[in-house]
Amino acid sequence: MVESPLLRTILRLFTGAVMLFIYLPLVILAVYAFNASPLGGWPPSGFTVNWFGEAAGSEAIREALMNSLIVASISTVLALILGTLAALAMQRYEFFGKSAISFLFVLPIALPGVVTGISLQSSFKLFGVDLGLHTIVIAHATFCVVVAYNNVVARLRRLPRSPEEASADLGADSWMTFRRITLPGMRTALLSGGLLAFALSFDEVIVTLFAAGPGARTLPVWVFSELQRSYQLPVVNVVALLLVLVSVVPVWIAQRIGGGEIARGGR
Amino acid sequence: MIRRITGWFNRHPRTTLRALLAGPLGWISIVYLGSLLILLMHAFWSKDSFTGKVEPFNWTLDAFAQILSNSVYLTIALRTIGIAMLVTITAALIALPVAYYMARIASPKARALLLIAVTMPLWASYLVKIYAWRTILQSNGLLGWLLSPFGLEGPGLTEIVNTWLVLTYLWLPYMILPVYAGIERIPNSLLEASADLGGRGWMTFRRVIFPQLIPALAAGSIFTFSLSIGDYIVPDLVSDAKFIGNVIYDNSALGSFPVAAAYSFVPIGVMIAYLFFARRLGAFESL
Repeated sequence: MVESPLLRTILRLFTGAVMLFIYLPLVILAVYAFNASPLGGWPPSGFTVNWFGEAAGSEAIREALMNSLIVASISTVLALILGTLAALAMQRYEFFGKSAISFLFVLPIALPGVVTGISLQSSFKLFGVDLGLHTIVIAHATFCVVVAYNNVVARLRRLPRSPEEASADLGADSWMTFRRITLPGMRTALLSGGLLAFALSFDEVIVTLFAAGPGARTLPVWVFSELQRSYQLPVVNVVALLLVLVSVVPVWIAQRIGGGEIARGGR
Repeated sequence: MIRRITGWFNRHPRTTLRALLAGPLGWISIVYLGSLLILLMHAFWSKDSFTGKVEPFNWTLDAFAQILSNSVYLTIALRTIGIAMLVTITAALIALPVAYYMARIASPKARALLLIAVTMPLWASYLVKIYAWRTILQSNGLLGWLLSPFGLEGPGLTEIVNTWLVLTYLWLPYMILPVYAGIERIPNSLLEASADLGGRGWMTFRRVIFPQLIPALAAGSIFTFSLSIGDYIVPDLVSDAKFIGNVIYDNSALGSFPVAAAYSFVPIGVMIAYLFFARRLGAFESL
């Protein structure tokens, strides 16, 4: 079908408008981070970088940032280990109940986050586990496994089996073959899967609010509690900008590495 | 030593498989499925009327009775499902022309750029995007400023319409991506055949393109619908309305935990029903 020039123009303009719709709010946010007025109305009343200094000096923000980094790092490592083991099992073996198990691994992102959150909280409650950073890590690792799993499975599917067979023929045992052939083949998939899992964990708030105790606040939880108050501190704008950068930059790198599966797995 | 262990694993592939699966499967079954089971049990447990603490293994249907006796719970469920459907339809209506442009009109270079442009916001902090809309929608925000020359005011942060707008904004890329992939898969020859047979643009779209896109639309709708059904941050931050998620969250923190657990049956049930519906439309082949 050949689209008429009019239709092509309309579609182009519409797509442009949608892109504007997608990016305008993020641009406005960046503008607000430099707004001199502490009241936050539009239009901004002047230019300042003071809020960055204030945010950096805030004890609460620094602590929340540290918590977020700790949680995201540990969950990412856990997710990579569990996701890789699962991917190797699912991709290299045939067994009974395989499709049920692959469904099980995606369940944590198929059901709404609020269900995951309250489920985990209910078992923490029942077993008397105090809520804190460790419970956030457990929650994050659970849904980050999917991201790692998806990336590694996609890579293993493309990786030819012949080098592994050659390695075995040349007398290497399975550990040697894994270390020298399979692992290097998966390396970029592990890296991009790890970056995506990190970004996902760093940004998560829906499940986190259920798993976070009163003392353990990640950066998004800090932002959320600030937003719930009636007045808003201008430092929130700075933290918001930081959150965007910390979640987008790893994904951008992951995309450059070409790990695949970027579109899926966010929430 | 390692050599001896791996040699043994080589000779026992089933054991290797079990060793590989034990960790991840154990984690998902115990941490996730176990928790789901415990949540469902909480719905049937009583709570101490003085302390409000849950009394495990003290079976009762009180939580369900409380939900059924108050029509607010039904209203909230219907409101949430309604908004989620509205968000899904709106996202589909926006996604179709954008995905069509990306797949069939844009130059290869523009297409690659647009794909990245659509994908990146999926990862740009969820909470921050809601916050950005808060600054736009609030009475002294950008929208109010744009409307003021016409004597109109900004919508403020109480209207339920805001949830429709912001949820559509958040989940739109999830709809665009599968629809784009769906349009790209339609062979050119099919469209040429339709034109040869006299199908004009609209006719070709309605009779040839749209039917082929139903699985892709269903796949995208799983995300837009599921993510809207479970959201409680958006209604909390941009409106006064309560969604299913708010009932669950509020009750888990301060109210009755069994009620929160019992009400979780609603999103779980709705999502299972929706997944069956989407599967019939062929969504799982397009995921």
